[in-house]
Amino acid sequence: MFANPMILFIQVMNSFSLAMNLFIIAAGLTLIFGVLRIVNFAHGAFYMVGAYLALSILGVTGNSNLGFVLGVLGAGAAMGAMAFVVERVLLSQLYDKEHMLQLLFTFALVLVIKDVVKMIWGSGQYSISAPPFLRGAVNLGISPYPKYALFLCIAGPIIAVAIWFFMERTRWGRILRAAREDRVMLNALGTDVKLVYSGVFVAGAALAAMGGALAAPRSAVDPGMDALVIIDAFIIVIIGGLGSLLGSFIGALILGFLTVMGSIYLQEWAIVASYVMMVVILLVRPWGLFGKPDEERH
Amino acid sequence: MTMFSASIWEESSMGILQVEGINVSYGLSKVLHNVSLKVGKGELVALVGRNGVGKSTTMRAIMGITPSSSGQILWKNRPITKRASHLNARDGLGYVPEERRVFGSLTVWENLDVARRPPREGLEPWTEERVFALFPDLEHFLTRPAGLLSGGQQQMLTIARTLMGNPELILLDEPSEGVAPLIVAQIGKKIRELRDTGVSIIMAEQNLDFVLNLSDRCYVLEKGMIVYHGTAAELRDNEEVQNRYLHI
Repeated sequence: MFANPMILFIQVMNSFSLAMNLFIIAAGLTLIFGVLRIVNFAHGAFYMVGAYLALSILGVTGNSNLGFVLGVLGAGAAMGAMAFVVERVLLSQLYDKEHMLQLLFTFALVLVIKDVVKMIWGSGQYSISAPPFLRGAVNLGISPYPKYALFLCIAGPIIAVAIWFFMERTRWGRILRAAREDRVMLNALGTDVKLVYSGVFVAGAALAAMGGALAAPRSAVDPGMDALVIIDAFIIVIIGGLGSLLGSFIGALILGFLTVMGSIYLQEWAIVASYVMMVVILLVRPWGLFGKPDEERH
Repeated sequence: MTMFSASIWEESSMGILQVEGINVSYGLSKVLHNVSLKVGKGELVALVGRNGVGKSTTMRAIMGITPSSSGQILWKNRPITKRASHLNARDGLGYVPEERRVFGSLTVWENLDVARRPPREGLEPWTEERVFALFPDLEHFLTRPAGLLSGGQQQMLTIARTLMGNPELILLDEPSEGVAPLIVAQIGKKIRELRDTGVSIIMAEQNLDFVLNLSDRCYVLEKGMIVYHGTAAELRDNEEVQNRYLHI
């Protein structure tokens, strides 16, 4: 099969497309962990809600190009607004408490969100078709390739560069990085760190929801879609290094390629491949590829 | 056992900061007992005492990082006792922590930028240029991560960073701690230059010579209480207080 360049090309593209979809979700997870030091189990649920919100928005607008854009942005905005309320009213009460309470809280959120989703949208399976301008295939020279998957291949790096630019080249990004290191000191320098926390949680949730909305045309929308993606997202941020954006990008690439290539070249071993890879990486670098050994934080 | 020396605080001059009988506890242990002090405009006041007597806690209580359980803190005659530290910072209090808590992965310039606040009426605003005029070393390391600087450079950076917020009162916690003697002298010179700009300073220190050279007045702390209060000159001559509370 390696001999057939066309199949290989398509699989490489598929790997990349999956990796970029996963990256959008993992980026929010690692952002929230990096700043708030909270492992957000509900991140997959936010992703799922994003897909359902896009579904409902498309139900109103019809499956047009504009509807697709509104669906993705609207899912992000609506999830972000809900995340803001959750963070301000509930989660913010737990910052000074032990980590276990924060974990239990985000886990409780998963259960609540799942049931609310079932109440609103039922437990059936939906599908969303790609918007008109991204339907069909485009000829890439070596082989035709689905436009929507290609779109994800392009959108992922654009989002990655946008987040990188925000974090490294804007004052807000500098403030987030400072909050990651020493929030007490940052607060004493005049930054309202609580507001920073809210903002990061909201942005992370919005990213997850947009990831869900973008994933909807390439997978089914059902109440189980969060469980799969949260495991992948955790594998990515752990091998990449918790809190590292570059780590998430590389981690998503590794997992994306392993998943797609593994299913072809490793067949029944594919399922264990990602876990073996995680174990190997963590044995060599327990803090992940781009993480840092645990340092003292204030 | 309190030995307040008379005549050093003229009742007529209002303090910019007044701390009135604050108490602070960590869990069950009480670390500050009824601490009162005043700082006048443009004054350099020192808190001296051995390790663990409550100097840093006093600073943190004033800044709003470790809130006091009772008592009152007045900033320009307005109570700020339980106010959050970011509001205090925006209102002109500048905190320079002990142990040089720079943001290690951020560059020197980024450390300064994060702390930037609008200028304050009646005070010449701090800009990068003005900060580098005071600490020329820092300008050479603009793009270097702050964690890679030497101890003395990090200490300069924490002070410079706080200045970017245009403070009217600077809380300097142990500026000479863990810094080579030559650098201590340099830092002392910078602190004097700062005071000459008209800013008020409270400085917590264990290094008595450093304090006596720089400060206008001194408060001596022992076991969370203020046990002596006098001008630097008075403390210099008071060997009894020095022996009892300050020498090891």
